[in-house]
Amino acid sequence: MQVKGKVIKFGNNIDTDVILPGKWLSLIDPKDLAKHALEGLDASFPEKAQKGVIVVGGKNFGCGSSREQAPLALKYAGVECVLAESFARIFFRNSINIGLPVIECKGISAAVNDGDEVIVDFEAGKITNLTTNQSLQGTKLPPFIMEILTDGGLIENLRKRLNKK
Amino acid sequence: MNITEKILAKASGKSRVQPGDIVDANVDVIMVHDLTGPLAIEAFKKIGVKKVWDNKKVVTILDHQIPAESVKMAELHKMLRKFAKEQNIRLYDVGEGGICHQVMPEKGYVSPGALIVGADSHTCTYGAFGAFATGIGSTEAAAVFATGKIWLKVPETIRFNVEGQFQKYVTPKDLILHIIGKVGVDGAIYKSAEFTGSTIRNMSIAGRMTVCNMAVEMGAKNGIVEPDDTTASFLKGRTTKAADYKWLKSDVDAKYEKTVDIDIEDLEPQVACPSSVDNVKPISKVGNVEVNQAFIGSCTNGRIEDLRIAAQIMKGKKVKQGVRALVIPASQEVYAQALKEGLVEVFTEAGALVCGATCGPCLGGHIGLLASGEVCISTSNRNFIGRMGSPEASVYLASPATVAASALTGKLTDPQEVEA
Ligand code: SF4
Repeated sequence: MQVKGKVIKFGNNIDTDVILPGKWLSLIDPKDLAKHALEGLDASFPEKAQKGVIVVGGKNFGCGSSREQAPLALKYAGVECVLAESFARIFFRNSINIGLPVIECKGISAAVNDGDEVIVDFEAGKITNLTTNQSLQGTKLPPFIMEILTDGGLIENLRKRLNKK
Repeated sequence: MNITEKILAKASGKSRVQPGDIVDANVDVIMVHDLTGPLAIEAFKKIGVKKVWDNKKVVTILDHQIPAESVKMAELHKMLRKFAKEQNIRLYDVGEGGICHQVMPEKGYVSPGALIVGADSHTCTYGAFGAFATGIGSTEAAAVFATGKIWLKVPETIRFNVEGQFQKYVTPKDLILHIIGKVGVDGAIYKSAEFTGSTIRNMSIAGRMTVCNMAVEMGAKNGIVEPDDTTASFLKGRTTKAADYKWLKSDVDAKYEKTVDIDIEDLEPQVACPSSVDNVKPISKVGNVEVNQAFIGSCTNGRIEDLRIAAQIMKGKKVKQGVRALVIPASQEVYAQALKEGLVEVFTEAGALVCGATCGPCLGGHIGLLASGEVCISTSNRNFIGRMGSPEASVYLASPATVAASALTGKLTDPQEVEA
């Protein structure tokens, strides 16, 4: 599994309240949530992300609440995957569970800039910055997590597993 | 093994586990609320399983936006009620429960050694009772509804060993703010935070809940305190599962990633300044900050002990003109107790507004949102940008004593300086 896209970069401790402010939590349709993605930091983000982007964060990306609406908003806004130095654990699980790939990669913040083109190979955990020709090794996702992602999320994965039984 | 490892081993049918192991654990209880429940139900329906795995182990609590503040929310509440009825699961509706993390232990869903997951990040609060409790998202909650199981990575554990006695009006909230200021908002990311030492042993359940509640603010997977007689006496009459806690002691040779020693003898009231929970300073170093709103409540500090200390400071005094003081008991039970003790009267006479049990302004959902340029001092747990309303508002986090004192003076005030 691979994705390629342009980078939009953020700093450390990007919390779920800026990714999707609390006042929008009563929206159910992910397409509506997407209109407010990262509204707390950059109201024009949904417009920029439309054609597909890779979000790069610093440490502790997605800290704060358990709201799954945060990764949902990013995914439906057009985010192909999120790379960060580290993630808050609930955000990490939520992203995988809704089928938004996330990879932890030390040094990623320094290695990419806004607008760089990056290609991510999930099986290998390898990230290549095509703009600078630099490669980084991220933390590989274990096979059972890769399977959830390739199935498109936890629900699809669970359906498949329960049907097999 | 330490206490967290013991619980994870038991829940996954193993005799031993160690950090890094991935276990498939049986869930004892799962909780969803009105903001995470609807998505969980939608996801559950897609799995194709008709019934939740065990209707007695699923709890739904309406708390974040109650009573419904919009038609949209009213529809979501209706959907949750319908699901609860179809599945025959307990739902705590407007007027009978309150904030989920207060209601869960009050109503006996929390017991020592249990593995509890909740679709809310502050589910880690229940570690105060010696349970392993952690937050999950809605889709994962749906999967637990269907299977009763969850995969978990056994975390490394950091031990916070706390010794000493609090000064007057210095509280467990000041302790946890101090800890987060010390280690940072990612200081315990993916890890377990175990709280030990004489201060914790002497601490009330309310205080332990405040401390464990904020473990997630340093990134921790769970916060935990070994259960003891204090735990058992709180749970008595609420659950029959409280008696069996003696096995829940960390072994003398238990492994920790590190131990952080904290002495609180000289600790002064602490404040987390905007807009990060680790931007913590002792109140004497914060300077002059005028406030528009003072909020006492939330799952961090809306318990009876918190209202008592606030009332002690506010009794016979008036909230400063121009300041809006909001007091929101964490649950209906706390509200009833506050009425009985005359605390509601104290607040009302001081000019504070006492609202019914709800999350309220804590997450900027409804009741008491902030306008641009406004400043709020709050007993809640997050001061992120936009958390309580406008992204141009600022939030300072402090203890109920500090918030009460500040409501009286209209600026950030050390409660030790207010005559009680
Ligand atoms: S009181 Fe605040 S932190 Fe606690 S559950 Fe409610 S919204 Fe979340």
